[in-house]
Amino acid sequence: MSYYEEKDLARFGEIGAFRQDLADKFFDYYTAATGTDGALSKREKALIALALAHAKQCPYCIDAYTTQCLEAGADPEQMTEAMHVAAAMEAGMALVHGVQMHNALKKQGAM
Amino acid sequence: MSATCQTLPDFATTLQSKGLNLLPLKIETLQVNITKLCNQACLHCHVAASPKRTESMSDAILAACLDVLSKTPSLRNLDITGGAPELHPRFQDLVSQAKSLGKHVMVRHNLTVTLDPHPLNQASMADLPRFFAQNQVEVISSLPYYQPYFTNRQRGQGVFEKSIESLKLLNALGYGQADSGLQLNLVYNPAGAFLPADQAALQADYKKALKEQYGVVFNQLFTLTNMPIQRFRESLERLGNYETYLQKLAGAFNPLAAEGVMCRSLLSVGYDGTLYDCDFNQMLDLPVELPRPHILDTPPEQWLQRKIVFGSHCFGCTAGAGSSCTGATS
Repeated sequence: MSYYEEKDLARFGEIGAFRQDLADKFFDYYTAATGTDGALSKREKALIALALAHAKQCPYCIDAYTTQCLEAGADPEQMTEAMHVAAAMEAGMALVHGVQMHNALKKQGAM
Repeated sequence: MSATCQTLPDFATTLQSKGLNLLPLKIETLQVNITKLCNQACLHCHVAASPKRTESMSDAILAACLDVLSKTPSLRNLDITGGAPELHPRFQDLVSQAKSLGKHVMVRHNLTVTLDPHPLNQASMADLPRFFAQNQVEVISSLPYYQPYFTNRQRGQGVFEKSIESLKLLNALGYGQADSGLQLNLVYNPAGAFLPADQAALQADYKKALKEQYGVVFNQLFTLTNMPIQRFRESLERLGNYETYLQKLAGAFNPLAAEGVMCRSLLSVGYDGTLYDCDFNQMLDLPVELPRPHILDTPPEQWLQRKIVFGSHCFGCTAGAGSSCTGATS
């Protein structure tokens, strides 16, 4: 048994067992933000969510948004590009701290 | 039977719980499956058609279909399917005679059959586009995606490229061109166990991509849901996904789509003359509920008196925006 159970995604609504009013507000907001065509299409939103799912490494979200992307008409190439955007951003966010390292090196007189 | 399987919803019970009583309406389309022979053997084919199949409609049954069409003005459409129906030796006769009866003729044309030699006698099929155009046939062709990957994965390596070549031949004769009157409609179905995207949005994507990348035009895109039967069911079972997929279809039940299901306005005829509510029931060997479910035995006047035969696969036609031989139903 893994810590994350695939079937548990379908139980997401159970977070409303206490303070259902707050859960309702969240789910309404979530549906409005991700599940409708707006200035961005549902497909574009699904690809953003898939990229974020990889960056945050959420197995539930990767399952859900792989399906969501397909059902919004995306193909594996688009989904893979979204994943690379997330990966590149993660790499960039690590590497830009190299400037911080340079600052520290200079302060030590080592650069 | 697993615990999950025991909880699978029943289609008839679902209809009942929604207060839906889906009776046949006016039957406008006669869909005839004249052969299971095909030049392709696609992964999701609900007919399990291939170059090895031998089932073929006899002259007597073809004549009976034409006789029914001639005596039944309300049957406005003849929808010819297979296999690749063009491979049947009497295909062109059937089209010509139906046209002379004033019927609208639709052909489920797989595109590659024009370019491949006939699997039995190696004859060239290159004349098909011209024949379609001369007879004002509505051409309905499967193209599972506007890029090669999903199309070739489902229909075989190189099928996408051949399909584009064939579409260009149809376009050159006026098919899909504005005001030509020659209808060319494409069919999308998902490459796996998921529901189709919105039909209008996907049609816009197809039109843009096919025009920009290949100079190909068409009229409408029909989005179809994969039916959990035959080869697709086998692939779902191999992946351990069958019950999950059925649950997904049932969970997406849409009463509006249910009211528009094609079995209310269509009757399907098997190669041997047996009558079915639809092509899917035909492949599951579920004939219409009439005492003698055969085209030689039961005249069209009695077809409306039947009760449609439903099964769990029917959730495929009622999920989301619905699915029929002409795409979404809601």
